[in-house]
Amino acid sequence: MFSAPLGQYHVHARVSLGGAYGGKPMNRYIIRSVLIALPTILGISFVIFAVLSLAPNDPMSQFALNPAIPFEVRENIRRSYGLDQPWPIRYVKWLGTLVTTGDLGYSFGSKLPVTTLILQRLPATLWVLGVSYIISVILALPIGIISAVKQYSIFDNLVSTFAFVGFSVPTFVTGYLLILLLSVRLHWLPFIYDSTLVVKDLESFGQLLRQSAMPIMVLGLFETATLARYTRASMLENLPLDYVRTARAKGINEWQVISRHAFRNSMIPVVTLIALGVPGIFGGALITEQIFRVPGIGSLLIHSLEASDTPVIMGVTFVFGVLVVLFNLIADIIYGFLDPRIKYT
Amino acid sequence: MLGQPKKLLVMISTLIIVALALSACGAAPAPTPAPPPAATATTAPAVVQATATAVPPPPATPTKAAPVAGACGSLKILYWQAATILNPHLAQGTKDFDASRLVLEPLAAMNPDGVPVPVLAAEVPTIANGGAAKDFTTITWKLKQGVKWSDGTDFTADDVIFTYNYASDEKTAVTTADSFSNIKTIEAPDKFTVKITWKDPNPNFYEAFVTGLGTILQKKQFEAFSGAKAKDGPNLKPVGTGPFMVREMKPDDVVTYDMNPNYRDFKNGKPCFKDVTFKGGGDAPSAAKAVFQTGEADYGWNLQVEASVLVPMANAADSKGILATAPGPNLERLLVNRTNPDASLGDKRSEPGQPHPFLSDLKVRQALAMVIDTTEMAKQLYGPAGDGACQVFATPKAIVSPNIKCSAVTADTFAAANKLLDDAGWAKGSDGIRHKTVGGKDVKMNIVYQTTVNSLRQKEQAFVKDAWEKLGTKVELKSVPAGVYFSSDEANPDTAAKFFTDIEMFTSGPESPDPTNYLKGWTCGEIKTKAGKWSGNNYERACNKDYDALFDQLTKETDAAKRNDLAIKMNELIIKDVVIIPLVARKSVSGYSKALKGIIFNGWDSEEWNIADWAK
Repeated sequence: MFSAPLGQYHVHARVSLGGAYGGKPMNRYIIRSVLIALPTILGISFVIFAVLSLAPNDPMSQFALNPAIPFEVRENIRRSYGLDQPWPIRYVKWLGTLVTTGDLGYSFGSKLPVTTLILQRLPATLWVLGVSYIISVILALPIGIISAVKQYSIFDNLVSTFAFVGFSVPTFVTGYLLILLLSVRLHWLPFIYDSTLVVKDLESFGQLLRQSAMPIMVLGLFETATLARYTRASMLENLPLDYVRTARAKGINEWQVISRHAFRNSMIPVVTLIALGVPGIFGGALITEQIFRVPGIGSLLIHSLEASDTPVIMGVTFVFGVLVVLFNLIADIIYGFLDPRIKYT
Repeated sequence: MLGQPKKLLVMISTLIIVALALSACGAAPAPTPAPPPAATATTAPAVVQATATAVPPPPATPTKAAPVAGACGSLKILYWQAATILNPHLAQGTKDFDASRLVLEPLAAMNPDGVPVPVLAAEVPTIANGGAAKDFTTITWKLKQGVKWSDGTDFTADDVIFTYNYASDEKTAVTTADSFSNIKTIEAPDKFTVKITWKDPNPNFYEAFVTGLGTILQKKQFEAFSGAKAKDGPNLKPVGTGPFMVREMKPDDVVTYDMNPNYRDFKNGKPCFKDVTFKGGGDAPSAAKAVFQTGEADYGWNLQVEASVLVPMANAADSKGILATAPGPNLERLLVNRTNPDASLGDKRSEPGQPHPFLSDLKVRQALAMVIDTTEMAKQLYGPAGDGACQVFATPKAIVSPNIKCSAVTADTFAAANKLLDDAGWAKGSDGIRHKTVGGKDVKMNIVYQTTVNSLRQKEQAFVKDAWEKLGTKVELKSVPAGVYFSSDEANPDTAAKFFTDIEMFTSGPESPDPTNYLKGWTCGEIKTKAGKWSGNNYERACNKDYDALFDQLTKETDAAKRNDLAIKMNELIIKDVVIIPLVARKSVSGYSKALKGIIFNGWDSEEWNIADWAK
């Protein structure tokens, strides 16, 4: 998606070569984007709420066959959840509370505010996904560059194979393979994530590393593979271009040609990808968190889906939507730094 | 061209959001990803009898040295469904009842034989000891004296009465409401006596304040949180009388507990464990690995894993755990629709008064029932987790009919079933499908058979379909996500309650050893109808005057032996009339470390009912 035509003219609104304006148009651009983002977010919230309300799920269905919870009791619980009202009214109420108090509602199950639940889950998710993301960025960029510069070398072939395996084998396969190997066979690592662990010394930090090693590996493999492929493709596009040849013709050494010229230009689509991946860190990793029992946002979402705990599903998806919009904006702004030809108007 | 990249980004982000939103409706189906259904979620899941295989004898009586509480160190319990809330009256499922049971206690627990044993009560009231009135109108509980809450205050009758007031307030919207619904008045003649007067004579007098449904909340702690304020209450950190107190609770993740120094048996060395971690989440197969292979957990709940995987893992030479199974009240069954689900009937679809074109014929039902080899099905698909069933009850023994036995299915069985159908006038057509003219219309034996989406269930469907198609019927299988199937959404045609198919399948069972409430579900008055918003419990829409007469007697009969006889008769009538076709009597399967002692599996109460006695 980010391949062919994007490399050279990866530019947003209007390109004006020469003349570097100051920050003013940039500020105006940001303000305008934020103003556009608001109705977008409103639209997102409406669509999610509507889809959730119209979906044929029922928070009461888990009680349906229990003779200890007859129909009248179920209906009474439903009323206490406010589900007896039509969904447009519930949406207006939900939006009203959100705008006036910043409150995302409370969970049907634990009766806790959704915000509390999200904040409780955030540290585990940020730790596991954040670390794996940083590791994958650190690994993927050099791997991608080297395999582009030394195209079709043994290194490139190895990396390509690794990358294809990395993003085509699903995380639930790599996850279970690691558990079988490292936990069950070798007894090296635990596979049950202990969220009550408090890091207070080197030993407990070691424990934290041990219990997060496998989820980080699983996610890191996938991310590294994807990013490395994009970096390589983007580099390959730039290397044969005129400006690279010109740079070489000027007698600049090869290292500088690659790092200062080719690399910087090929970063533009990759940065987009990295920036857009950040909301994903907050969104959690649904499957990986479930496999390793990491109590993050992803497992919160899965659990709420299973229990039809709509306020939580709504809260998590909505926050995710907001983050996606936000990081889109950030990606736009980063272009300006990477590519001076881009001007915001 | 210049604007394109940005559009791409927006498109991608929109796609991500839509995908998330869609997954919200797509994934929600299974409230319990367990093979068999969520149905039993709130009742005691672990359907286990005292006679459980592999259950070691009750904890050895204290050894010479006086036992010291906390001597056993830490206990790690692993549930693949995590606890959500620790107030059992607002519980979402078994996991919540079990996790709160370490802290909160009822007046009496049910033992594995379905007999109440005192917990907070000094003794269990019976007619013999005068606690229960002979006419079943009242029951009087004497409470243990000197019991303290974990905050050091006294437990009294006030707390019991408060719990009733809390749970019976409609605005509190408790899940346990039904167990209190027959109480007319409740009073405390003195500080340690509670007298309950029933609305109507109630033979099931252990209905309230017994098992996890009847745990007592502390008045002091919950007084301000009755009614609509219930959701703001200390639901994650209740103060209790039990052997443990909550240290920390993270909903849908983990609960940690410390032993309770104010526990009444603390001086007698109970509980033996100093602290407990109740971790949740993940899946059953890896929970089994944690118990048997890595030893990361001491106790793994409800290990619903394919028998071919589970049994070798548990029996391996280096296995660190014991697999414990035991029978229980939950029955996987086929429900036979007596009304016509034909879509062309519109509003009259599956309504009483619209007899089913072929399933209202007893001979057809008998033929369909006899060719399913339930023993083989249970052996192949359930392994240690279930036995082939042929009647409504597998436990308690007193209501299991001695007259019904499962018989092997052979070629002769098929011949007999085919003959039954031939005799009833259902002849095979040129396409091999049986048909007959009913009410002037040519009716073909096309069976639509629905259940939840679940790989085990789909295998069961295939098993049944195979047998039935040999009889000259055409079977169409349908599976519905559990969240939809069990919903009471009036707009949805795919719910089990609407039953717009010929056959459907799920698991259910009585919630207490007294089967009255459960048996009521097959009376004529319970038939589900559109007018009644499909609220009754009679899914099959079968109405039998004899059955109703027996049920009427049951509600009036006060003699225990006669009550059991009536329950057996009703059990037999349901089978004789083929109201349901029983398939598998499900058993609970849990695993625990070889080092653990004192575990007694219990089908009528929480698996943690006697956790104060667990030791290492």
